[in-house]
Amino acid sequence: MRTLPPEAGEQMLACIPRLRRYARALAGDRADADDLVQDTVERGWAQLAAWQPGSDMRAWMFSIMHNVRIDQRRRRNVPTEPLDDETPQPFVPERASAGLELRDLDAALRLLPEEHREILLLVGLEEMRYEDVALTLRIPVGTVMSRLSRAREKLRALMEGRAPVVALKVVK
Amino acid sequence: MSILPVTEADLHAYVDGRLPSARKADIEAYLAAHPDDAGRLQDYAAQNAALHALFDPVLEEPVPPRLAAPPPRSWQWQSLAAGLAIAILGGGAGWGLRGVVSQEARLEQDSARLAYKQSVSGLAHQAAIAHVVYSPDVRRPVEIGAEQEGQLVAWLSKRLGSDIRPPRLGKLGYELIGGRLLPGARGPVAQFMYHDRTGQRLTLYVSNEQAHNRDTGFRFTTEGPVNVFYWIDGKFGYALSAGIDKGELARVASAVYEQLEKPA
Repeated sequence: MRTLPPEAGEQMLACIPRLRRYARALAGDRADADDLVQDTVERGWAQLAAWQPGSDMRAWMFSIMHNVRIDQRRRRNVPTEPLDDETPQPFVPERASAGLELRDLDAALRLLPEEHREILLLVGLEEMRYEDVALTLRIPVGTVMSRLSRAREKLRALMEGRAPVVALKVVK
Repeated sequence: MSILPVTEADLHAYVDGRLPSARKADIEAYLAAHPDDAGRLQDYAAQNAALHALFDPVLEEPVPPRLAAPPPRSWQWQSLAAGLAIAILGGGAGWGLRGVVSQEARLEQDSARLAYKQSVSGLAHQAAIAHVVYSPDVRRPVEIGAEQEGQLVAWLSKRLGSDIRPPRLGKLGYELIGGRLLPGARGPVAQFMYHDRTGQRLTLYVSNEQAHNRDTGFRFTTEGPVNVFYWIDGKFGYALSAGIDKGELARVASAVYEQLEKPA
């Protein structure tokens, strides 16, 4: 009979500040972010029995948050189709909104597709290893790397006030 | 120059400090010869620093009490139930049901009726164990997800040798997550999993090995924290399991039953 170590709950609660930081960066709005954390912690309690003692609690909680977030997006009123790397991007003329300053990082983050934002944050802010990002998001490491590359390039373009043009070249 | 070609992934690993030190020298040599890439990498490093500058203050904020609330009482139950299910599986009893139904069964004199009763309530018991084992799984709750529903239906139908398809429960607030194949008492059975917007999961267990071929009405049982509605329809046995209250589960069970009776 498997018993859960009593400190499992404490380990989970210890993740909350980092979950909040990530949620704030991911969701933008403070109240939305804390709702996301609350749903994540509730689901964490409900599923704590499935956590493998000794495994990385942080990666486990972040993967729960990822699932909660997917569910939240799925139940939006307007049916939406998630953006992925294959989705054609709308054509944005260069300097379409000349007056709009995109230098603010937070505003620029909001303009990235969520799947790019989450990778950028898990790597850049959470400083997760690429393998752990892959586990958390349940995608191959190769996909992590290609999305990271696109995300950083888009963010760079946005911060420079350019329309994000994805132009990847293979460096040899 | 470097021995191994420098890849885009190497450049990102360099920014994130994930390269072994031997490789770092290769990248630095490469960057010295490629100022465009060097500038790009500087920007990426600045992005990381800016993210910390912008969001690290959240770490210092006091955590709102609602987020650090003590666990709901139910988690203790789920923990116990999962342990119990693992003990049963690990103990070599397989999907057996003797221990659990014996009290009810002892009251039965007729051995044929006893076997029938065992197979019917065994269905519910197996379904409840499958629910407890798979529904808390974060990463792999199902083998094939709802996004590949066509494949899921084709595969399960082929393996069970009958047309099997998941009912639509969206009107009741439950969306299909996906399904999996499981070992039943004599062969394969199917499990479909659904969840509502709070993450509450519900499973429908479908077997087509009901040898007694006798229909039943709805029956209800409780297995630890899991409530189960189950019924037999010809060779098919269905069991709907969830940790939700009996009334709501009954509503879902009626919807499932109706859809199975009148296929779309």
